[in-house]
This record gives sequence, C-alpha cells and structure tokens, in this order.
Amino acid sequence: MHPLHIGHLAIASSAGIGVAATLSSLRSGTSGLRPCEFETVRLPTFVGAIDALADVALPDALAAFDCRNNRLAEMALGQDGFEEAVADAVARHGTRRIGLFLGTSTSGILQAELAYRARDATTGNLPQDFDYQRTQNVASLAGYLRQRLGIGGPSFVVSCACASTAKTFGCAARMIEAGVCDAAIVGGADTLCLTTLYGFHALALDAPGPCRPFDIARDGISIGEAAGFALLERSHAHTGSDAIMLLGVGESNDAYHMSSPHPDGIGARLAMERALNVAGLAACDIDYINLHGTATRVGDAAEDLAVVTLFGSDTPCSSTKGQTGHSLGAAGIVEAIISVLAIREGLMPGSAHTETVDPSFRSHYLLKTQPARIRTVLSNSFGFGGSNCSLIFGRAR
Amino acid sequence: MMRIFVEGIGILAPGLEGWPSTREVLANTRPYEPRPVSAPSAGLLPPAERRRAGLTVRLAMAVGIEALGQAQRASQEMPMVFATSGGDGETIHEILTVLATEQREVSPTRFHNSVHNAPSGYWALATGSRAPSVSLSAYDDSFAAGLLEAAVQVTVHDTPVTLIAYDVPYPPPLHAARPVAATFGTALVLAPHGSERTLASLTVAMADFPQSTTRMLDPELERLRLANPAARALPLLAAMARGDGGMIHLNEIDVAVAAL
Repeated sequence: MHPLHIGHLAIASSAGIGVAATLSSLRSGTSGLRPCEFETVRLPTFVGAIDALADVALPDALAAFDCRNNRLAEMALGQDGFEEAVADAVARHGTRRIGLFLGTSTSGILQAELAYRARDATTGNLPQDFDYQRTQNVASLAGYLRQRLGIGGPSFVVSCACASTAKTFGCAARMIEAGVCDAAIVGGADTLCLTTLYGFHALALDAPGPCRPFDIARDGISIGEAAGFALLERSHAHTGSDAIMLLGVGESNDAYHMSSPHPDGIGARLAMERALNVAGLAACDIDYINLHGTATRVGDAAEDLAVVTLFGSDTPCSSTKGQTGHSLGAAGIVEAIISVLAIREGLMPGSAHTETVDPSFRSHYLLKTQPARIRTVLSNSFGFGGSNCSLIFGRAR
Repeated sequence: MMRIFVEGIGILAPGLEGWPSTREVLANTRPYEPRPVSAPSAGLLPPAERRRAGLTVRLAMAVGIEALGQAQRASQEMPMVFATSGGDGETIHEILTVLATEQREVSPTRFHNSVHNAPSGYWALATGSRAPSVSLSAYDDSFAAGLLEAAVQVTVHDTPVTLIAYDVPYPPPLHAARPVAATFGTALVLAPHGSERTLASLTVAMADFPQSTTRMLDPELERLRLANPAARALPLLAAMARGDGGMIHLNEIDVAVAAL
C-alpha cells in the first residue's frame, strides 16, 4: 500500500485528555484506573472512567445525538486543534473527498439500558424521548460526526468488537488507494456501559483490581473508556522526512472461538505477518510493539507466543492498558496514537501495575518507560469473534 | 469508479427464497407472493455452536453459502464484508431486559453473541477461514456502504470478496424505536475480472451529487425495500434479474449494472 501521512491526532482517555496529558501519563507511568463507581454499577472491579463527560454538551442543533459515547467523541474533537485540522482538510480537498471511517463496539447503548429501566409499567413501552438511531445504533457516531464536521464523503462505522477502531485504518487506506476519497478521518469512541461491565463479569474476564498485563498474577481486564481520531492523507511533495506514516495494515480471523483467542496465537500472528508484508518490512525492522495485552490469562499467553514466534525475544514490547484500561472498540485508535507518539517523542512506554512478568513468557516485555530512538512501531488489536488487526507506523522513508 | 463482476447471488426474504425463483419474481415472470421466512439451519457449524447461533448468524450463513455455491468459490481465504444496520435485536433485547432487573445476571453466551461482528465470527468458525472480514453499519444505508467497501477491496486487492447484508425485526419494545418489519438477507460474490461465471458487471462510484434513490415499481416489493435496511439491495438485484442493465442510485452511491 502507499504509506499514508498521519496528519493530526486527537485523544481522550482515562490516562489523559489531549496529547500532552497522554504523554505525561506515558512518561510517568501513571494510571487512570480507579475502583468502579460508574452509574449504579456495583461490581468489584476497576475502570478507566472520564468523570468530566458529565459536563460535556453537544451543539444545540445536534442535541438529539446526546449520549455518553457522542459526548466523549465531542470531547476528543476539541483536543489539540483537531477540529481546525479537519476544517483545513475540507478546505483543501472539498467536503465530498473526505471519508469518515469510525469504530465502536457498544456505541450509545447506555441510553437503551436507561430506557429499559424506565419502561411503562402497563404497556412495557420505552420512554418517548429514547432516540435509537442517534444514540444506541452502531452508526450513531458517524451520523454525529458527519454533521458536526460537515463531511460529505463515504462514511460508515466498523464494529468488530475490540479490533473496531484499528480496522478503520484499513478501510481508509483502501478507500484512498481506490481513489474514492483523498483524505479520511479514522478512529472512534467506546464508553462505559452496563452491558460490557456486567458482560465481562459474567465471562469472569474482569479483574478485581487494576489490570496487570503480562504479569504472573494477571487476573483479567479493567474496562476503560476512550475516544481518538486521526486525519490520514496521501503523502505529497511537502511531506517532510520526519513525518509519521501508516505503513501497513494486517487483518485476520481466528476461526477458533467467539470470546477466547486461539491458544497458539495463530490469528494474531497472521495479522502481524500480513501487516509486515503490506508494509514491505521484515520482523527485524520493527523497533517496538504496542501489544493488545489485556491481562487475561489466555489472551496474554497467546499474544506472547505469537510475538516470539514472529519476532524472537529481542523486540521491546509492552501493553499500555494498565495506564488506560481496555477501551474495547476504542483500544485500536488509542494505541495507534500512543504508537505515533512513541516515534515522535522517542519513548517506549512501560506497563503500569505490572510487577513481575510471567516467567513462562519469552517476549522482551518493558515494565518501565524508557527513551529510545524509534523508527517503526507495530500495534496489535484483537477482539471477540476472533477479529484481529495489526497496524505499522513509521517515519517517512 | 470501480468495475467489479458478480459471480453469485444469495437471498432469503419473505417470498424470495433463493436466487433462481427470486430472479423470476424480480424479472416479472413470476408473481410475488410474500410469506414469512422460515429460520434457516446453521448446518455448517459444529453442533455446540449451532445451538448458540441466533437468527442473524443463520440468515447470513444461508445467503453466503448460496452465493458462494453459484460462484463455485471456496469460503476458505475469501475476504468477507458483513453489512447490517443493528445486528441481533433479540440478543440485545435479552441483555437489556436482564440489566433492568435487580440481579443483572447477563448470560455470557448472550454477551459474546451481542457483538456486531458475531455472524463474522461464526462464519469463520463454520468455514475455518482466517481471511480478513469487516462488519459495518451505516443505518439505513448499510447495504450501500457494504457494497462500496467490498468494491474497494476487490479493486485494491485484486481479489474476490463476498458481501453479506442482513437485518432482522426487533422484538418489542425495541421494535417501536427501530421498526424493521421483515427479515432480509442477501449476499453477492464479487470478483475483479469477468469469467464464464459472471452474472453481471457493476460499476460502483460515489455519486457526484445525491440522486433520488431508485425504487421498486411493484408496491409490495417497494414496501419490502423500505421494511429492512438490507432490502435496499432490491433495485440492484432487480436490475441483475431483468438483465437489461441501467443505473441504480443507492442514496450516495451510483451503480451502473451491465448484464453479460
């Protein structure tokens, strides 16, 4: 594929609102995970919540889209001049030449959860003000941003569980390659809701304390919420040699189980291999790997095996979910942005809350953040349904 | 502008069960007689998974298998695009109902079946395919979005791709908020080059400016088109059934159909 220029970034997670706060959290190794006090949820687990969402307001004209997920998208849009960068891209390319490829797993389902609690006692009907299309439906996020940013090009929402926002990079790369658009906004949002908190608890996949990726005592995930966006454009004459590019995308399916990864990491390895092939890179060209590393017993073991099989035991790697929590459908864009920042700022993030790496693991796992000259990063995102996606970012060559 | 070639078509909807008879209905050589869709089996799946598979999984699988059979293409290594407005309403309804109770005891199986990409996951389990797949939504324009994504993949990767579009009615009280009124699934096997198996060619492009959407002339079929987001495929299927070609407008996407 033709490398795509990562023009502009926006991020909001429990580890930091905006790029500067995110970087500061990566440098200091601080974590956004706290005991869960979300809504009426009473579960013995930790979450990465963004409390300031209560104060976010959507523009009046788009008030019908109001839900936690679109509020978080709105919050992220306001960071780091992203909205202005989109306006500039619209002016350069024209509104119909910009694509909008976003991801989420649960969209605004919290609105439906609240509506089901408020059903009419006699008819069973949902409250009149429940707006399915603009809140609960998967496509709500694209509907909101299309109007909010005045985008007229192709748009849809990818929902492939925890690989969702990683896969939006693939959609954008193909659309631009095919000439359907000249630039694209990728990323998306996922927010706390009862469905995922009680769902992961039912699967016994949530940790009672903060998640500890790759630790010998790891005992499950901590759910977080996050939103992030990136503006992708074809590289052009004045793209500097220090520009950071999307170099490769690799996707695969496990074909193994709906909620458990293949124990041999076959699907994960395939996604990484395909990303390397697309980028025209060898495994030894990757300087750092941002792992999926959710801190489940099986998931981390399978990913370690897949990484070691392909890269050996020398390539530094870490999961940043101890800092951010697992933001599910948004994990792909959050970690894509962390990967870009790692290259731009010259650092390899450590792993908050991880103390003792599982001695049976053979990958080169980083506990502490360290400075490093990095040219190329691979980022992994794997989801339910066996959906896998690996992204490669690097300096322009 | 992307030219792609249709090699196989699958369909399951009220009164439209399988492409051979649907083709006659859409070409006006057989009357349209709507009747409820009987739930297809999930025969390809291992027995344990078969019991867990909901209607969306069965529907997607049935139309996908029909289309691949016509195209004489193996499901192994076939990239897939799944387009659905909202996924499995029955499963979502069950979870939302339980979450409104005191105990909030969500079933783990229902939870993993609630993901939008559940049919994609079950498809991979049934076929053993590790090829990439994407599951997407664009609300009522989900079929057009899926067709665009599939056409782009066919063109950029120079490979066949199978598109499966489906939606099913939601139980009350969700039904009032999202009134999908009929079950509808359709699948297209799309290839980058013409062959002896080609049924029609499609030239897919973003519209220069939004055109009014192509409608069905038959009032019953037009009702069906509006009853389910996946049924927005009907004008395109009808153009292929008639074999007389023409331009189909799917909201923001234009598709020029040529019979071969």
